[in-house]
Amino acid sequence: MASEEPMFDPKLKKKKKKVIFTEDPLGADADPTTPAPEIIENTTINGDAVDLGPATAHELMKSKLDEGAGDQKKEEDDFKAMFGDLKKKKKKKEIPLDLGEGSGTSTPVTGGGEATESAPVPADDLDFSDLKKKKKSSKKKATFDLEAFEKELNENKTSSKGGAAAEDDEDEEVPTGAHLELDEETLGENPFAQAQETPVGVDAGNEPWLKSDRDYTYQELLTRFFASLHAANPSLLSSSSQRRYTIAPPQILREGNKKSIFANVADICKRMHRPPEHVIQFLFAELGTHGSVDGAGRLVIKGRFQQKQIENVLRRYIVEYVTCKTCKSPDTLLAKENRIFFMTCESCGSRRSVNPIKSGFQAQVGKRSKNKTG
Amino acid sequence: MSIQNLNTFDPFSEEGDPLGDSQDVGSQADYIHLRVQQRNGRKTLTTLQGLPKEYDAKKLLKAFKKEFACNGTLIDDEKMGHIIQLQGDQRVKISQFLISNGIDKATIKVHGF
Repeated sequence: MASEEPMFDPKLKKKKKKVIFTEDPLGADADPTTPAPEIIENTTINGDAVDLGPATAHELMKSKLDEGAGDQKKEEDDFKAMFGDLKKKKKKKEIPLDLGEGSGTSTPVTGGGEATESAPVPADDLDFSDLKKKKKSSKKKATFDLEAFEKELNENKTSSKGGAAAEDDEDEEVPTGAHLELDEETLGENPFAQAQETPVGVDAGNEPWLKSDRDYTYQELLTRFFASLHAANPSLLSSSSQRRYTIAPPQILREGNKKSIFANVADICKRMHRPPEHVIQFLFAELGTHGSVDGAGRLVIKGRFQQKQIENVLRRYIVEYVTCKTCKSPDTLLAKENRIFFMTCESCGSRRSVNPIKSGFQAQVGKRSKNKTG
Repeated sequence: MSIQNLNTFDPFSEEGDPLGDSQDVGSQADYIHLRVQQRNGRKTLTTLQGLPKEYDAKKLLKAFKKEFACNGTLIDDEKMGHIIQLQGDQRVKISQFLISNGIDKATIKVHGF
């Protein structure tokens, strides 16, 4: 046990540091005018973009399960943070060797048994080399709550496993121009978390409680249940891994000085299963401009717009008009009935009306002489 | 003197037609919309639409102008009502200002890129 603890501690410290970092970038995140933090990656394996959290109750259970895996570790960390921290910092300077014992005493008595058994697993997975990634992933988190921590943990796990493929969507080194990762901040969940979840616990007879004389915990049993469930019917798993939803990033070209061309609008509309007119209407209303569709099916927008700006608007369109509010599935139909648009979800069957697109007040810009009414 | 039981009772006399005011049902009349419009070059305009009646738009405009160091004007549109128009992209600042002064964040809708 003492040998494991030192492994734990440096990371613990780092995590705590990160928490301090979080405040500032978050404020920037909340700012809608700042460019979209997400950079579009080409190289994603999973290839799907809108991450809308667990789509079904089943998946929700699954994500909870993820939490369960790291739960004990988190608990331990928390306790350390609460009790062991002040003491430890002092100790570290004087007697580094005493560290293991010091933190050991600070671990909760209740968690003592399973903490030693289950905690090393995530700890081993953590890769210190991608510290940078950790920092970034923590940017979103406002508070140091359990869920955020949990997600972080999962991300770390996956990033060390998946390597370069498991790029965070906020990763800035990623070259631009690939899949538009539509990620709701609150719902952010890692698709890779699922992939490695399966092998864990599938092997029966390997449960930690078999070796010790303690009782199994609820979380462990739950993990075991889901592991065997997914081993028995993998179809349940595959549905959850298709959860991410991608569309190609908008290609924005500049025509002259005052016009932008949205080249792949037709493609994006097709992927969203929405009529281009509707999308274009929304774009114009949101951007406060107007424009037209040219011969090649490209949208010419008046005004200078950058890719990330259009992407931002598209993101909002998807949240508002594509994803089902109930089950977060992008598999929806939009139909007009009596001048009101209704969105019907294909996966859960829910049906709701959506807001009509209104451009609202348009201020007078440009020459008055051009505008006959004004 | 009228006998109460003989009076004809019209259940909708006061309320009017319950479906009559349906323009209020699905509308977003209670949202405060913050929009941005591009002008020439890098210049932009910010418009605030749908300010609740209990706020004095004129005083708010004065506060905005002072706080954000920009000019602005009050526009009286016949369809949209009072609109506060400010120079530059002030959407974030406006929403922060309004939230810190006790307007619910959920009622503010920020549009634009």
